[in-house]
Amino acid sequence: MSVVTNTTTIGAINAPSRRNTELMMMVFAIAISVFAYANVGLALDGKLPSGMFGYGAGLILLGGVAHLVVRKFAPYADPLLLPLATLLNGLGLVLIWRLDQSERLIRRAEFLYGSYSPDAPKQLLYSAIGVAFFAAVLMVLKDHRILQRYTYISMAAALVLLIIPMFFPPVNGAKIWISVGSFTIQPGEFAKILIAIFFSGYLMVKRDALALASRRFMGLYLPRGRDLGPIITIWALSILILVFETDLGTSLLFFGLFVIMLYVATERTSWIVFGLLMSAAGAVGVASFEPHVQERVNAWLDPFGKATMAQSDQIAQSLMSFGSGGTIGTGLGQGHSDLIMFAANADFILSTVGEELGLAGMMAVLLIYGLIVERGIRTALAARDPFGKLLAAGLSGAFAIQVFVVAGGVMGLIPLSGMTMPFLAYGGSSVLANWALIGILIRISDTARRPAPAPAPSTDAEMTQVVRP
Amino acid sequence: MNKPLRRIAIFCGVLIFALLARTNYLQYVKADSLNTRDENRRVRIERYAHERGNIIVDGKSVTGSAETKDSDFKYKRVWKDGPMWAPVTGYSSQAFGATQLESIEDGILTGNDDQLFFNRTMSMFTGDDEQGGNVVTTLNSAAQKAAFEGLGKKKGAVVALDPETGAILALASTPSYDPSTFAGNGGDDTKAWQSLLKDKDKPMLNRALRETYPPGSTFKVVTAAAALENGLYTDVDEDTKSPLPWNLPLTSPPQPLPNEGNIPCKNASLRKALRYSCNTVFGKISDDLGNQKMIDEAGKFGFNKEIFTPVRSNASVYPEDNRPQNAMAGIGQASNRATPLQMAMVASAVANDGKLMQPYMVAERKAPNLDVIYTHEKEEFSRPLSAENAQKLQSIMETVVKEGTGTNAQIPGVTVGGKTGTAQHGVKNSENPYAWFLSYAKTDSGSPVAVAVVVEDSDATRDDISGGGLAAPIAKAVMKAVIDSEK
Repeated sequence: MSVVTNTTTIGAINAPSRRNTELMMMVFAIAISVFAYANVGLALDGKLPSGMFGYGAGLILLGGVAHLVVRKFAPYADPLLLPLATLLNGLGLVLIWRLDQSERLIRRAEFLYGSYSPDAPKQLLYSAIGVAFFAAVLMVLKDHRILQRYTYISMAAALVLLIIPMFFPPVNGAKIWISVGSFTIQPGEFAKILIAIFFSGYLMVKRDALALASRRFMGLYLPRGRDLGPIITIWALSILILVFETDLGTSLLFFGLFVIMLYVATERTSWIVFGLLMSAAGAVGVASFEPHVQERVNAWLDPFGKATMAQSDQIAQSLMSFGSGGTIGTGLGQGHSDLIMFAANADFILSTVGEELGLAGMMAVLLIYGLIVERGIRTALAARDPFGKLLAAGLSGAFAIQVFVVAGGVMGLIPLSGMTMPFLAYGGSSVLANWALIGILIRISDTARRPAPAPAPSTDAEMTQVVRP
Repeated sequence: MNKPLRRIAIFCGVLIFALLARTNYLQYVKADSLNTRDENRRVRIERYAHERGNIIVDGKSVTGSAETKDSDFKYKRVWKDGPMWAPVTGYSSQAFGATQLESIEDGILTGNDDQLFFNRTMSMFTGDDEQGGNVVTTLNSAAQKAAFEGLGKKKGAVVALDPETGAILALASTPSYDPSTFAGNGGDDTKAWQSLLKDKDKPMLNRALRETYPPGSTFKVVTAAAALENGLYTDVDEDTKSPLPWNLPLTSPPQPLPNEGNIPCKNASLRKALRYSCNTVFGKISDDLGNQKMIDEAGKFGFNKEIFTPVRSNASVYPEDNRPQNAMAGIGQASNRATPLQMAMVASAVANDGKLMQPYMVAERKAPNLDVIYTHEKEEFSRPLSAENAQKLQSIMETVVKEGTGTNAQIPGVTVGGKTGTAQHGVKNSENPYAWFLSYAKTDSGSPVAVAVVVEDSDATRDDISGGGLAAPIAKAVMKAVIDSEK
């Protein structure tokens, strides 16, 4: 293992804790959110929104608690992760509240369900639970290596979470939801974390076998046939997800996560090549017979086509939303992204960013996501143990793939899937799972940056002293 | 493990970069084309976000804007006296599009026209709410009212022109419709729209511009003009050497062209023939001149082409046909077809000493700040007859009103010239005929108005229907309204 190479930027002994930097950034993140909230109110009603005090207080409380927990339980954690997540969560709340004011969406809800209830208060509640999750992770999980013990339990739990939605009715074509009464859970969000834990534990043990026992062929190290077992299993599982849950995004997320972690663990490029070939073959194969996947692909290829528009004009509306945002956007509260109608504040929340904050806002939001991923991988680089490295790399990679799959789908870059933008979009599962994810990353980064304990005073030190003071 | 980790970092960077590139492509490169797509409702939301400019008649607007409820289209069009003005303005509906002036002048009315670019830029700096410009029409509200009320419940159309400029003074069509009833995009609007479409009386048909009727005896004015212009006769009081009965050419057994009743048409002068409306005399003139000369003369009056006022008027038709049909067309029958606008143009050309002016209804376009950005310059359409011949024709048309079939159009103290018409239609002329009247008025300062009136499908009995009885009083009321409003 080639650990301690160029990681001195972070892992140095006696590094400053950076907690005050984090506090400053938190103030900044919350100030931006509150300012955005005021902005929406001024644009819509010409006055500061009445809920501004409550909202601001709520956000300050959540941010404050999260910060204090980090200060107490993970003093050497990365200073950027928490403020970035807080900013996205705060902006998400503003955007959801803004879409709550949309007459179009209110009329739609009243027409379809007979009543309308705003989503922002619920999202604030989810955010509170999410921050509680985050705090719990930091308080309970003193060391991330404890998770290693739960390698196979994680796998079992993840499988259960992935399989259950198959028995529930599809929502908008995809079966990625569990609905209990009026309550719906998207288990894929939690499975994402559990699977990363399982892969880390599993690969840490098996990586030498996978890496060394191979033959060289055309510059690539080909794995032995029996070592192909795990990757084929995971591949088959992700194909099954695609077939039974008909969601390209979830499938892509899990397979991509595995390939990334396999590559990091074994350092063998051949896995990447294999992974790409297998996922391409799988996606094309399934798309050839699964009508829902075909629909999504057709809608992606020709969003304004007659057949697509007759099915759903969501992608077309989303694209037009981005287009009308232009360079600087219409300003918060002044766009018409609510024309997307269904899931405007969930899967398609990025369209509202695009329309109302413009290209400038989109670049900023995408870069915030990019920064979170970058801080995550930096944590992986700095981590001192292979399990921590793998887990941090896996979680950051999963986060990056999810952002790409959702944003790419909404912007018409790739076919649309049913996942949501982390932190920004409305949805309890997503907020909870992603706060937990950030919690784990912060725990790993704290362990990585924590100064090594001072060496214990040697008992026979005096004996070896040559010169007495 | 750090080498692959760095590569993964690069890979994640590539993903984010792809998203950044895509958002730049969508929001910068493709922004305009996405913004102007038909599917993009924002285009229409923006279009209805401000009060629409107005269409002005006599300094007052006949249109307005009303705020809507329960719709993202904030303002909708409303009309004052919608049925009366609909044939002029057309409609502008959020759900069903726009027609006529509302459509042609849409750029000015919404404020999006290129001519208003400077204005828009200024209001961006001053922060004024964007507003549409106004379109000032040539119409005369008193004349329009007289025309609309004169037609009343009858089906028909009236067009009045200013012969000296070509300005349209009245443009009425009945039955009409109220465009306010379907200006929005709600359920009531759809209901109103559909019931108008289903209505057998076709209220949305603009009869003044878009319906062509057989012009009947009113066309004899054109035939007389052709006779004078081609030198067939030089004096309106000389004998035309027309036999009675006169047989249609090339018919065997010979088929006489009948006159309406026992009227003195043998060898009648043009004056007498027009006064009594002799089919034999004018049928013979048309035959003597031949089809081509008739087509040429009718063409100079505007037949056989669409006329843009700027609202499009259907082409009137003087047919290319054989001798007997050409003779019939010369008295406004056979496949001769004319719009009411066309016949008003005929009257106006005669009244304006042979000069036919291009008919128009937009006098000025005004920017939102009331600057005039366009003024119509009067324009000659053609010269169907010489001033001398035009005056000869005036003299015999004035005889028609003084002591012929058009006495109902007399106005005390004003010289009026006119011609009645009763055009037959239907299989074997079984349906009620169209009653026509075209006329002009002359004062000391020239001719202020020329009118064409058509009344179709009347409830009155067949014998009672004649241009003089039904149509002439309407023409008189319109002319009087114009003369009175000029005082």
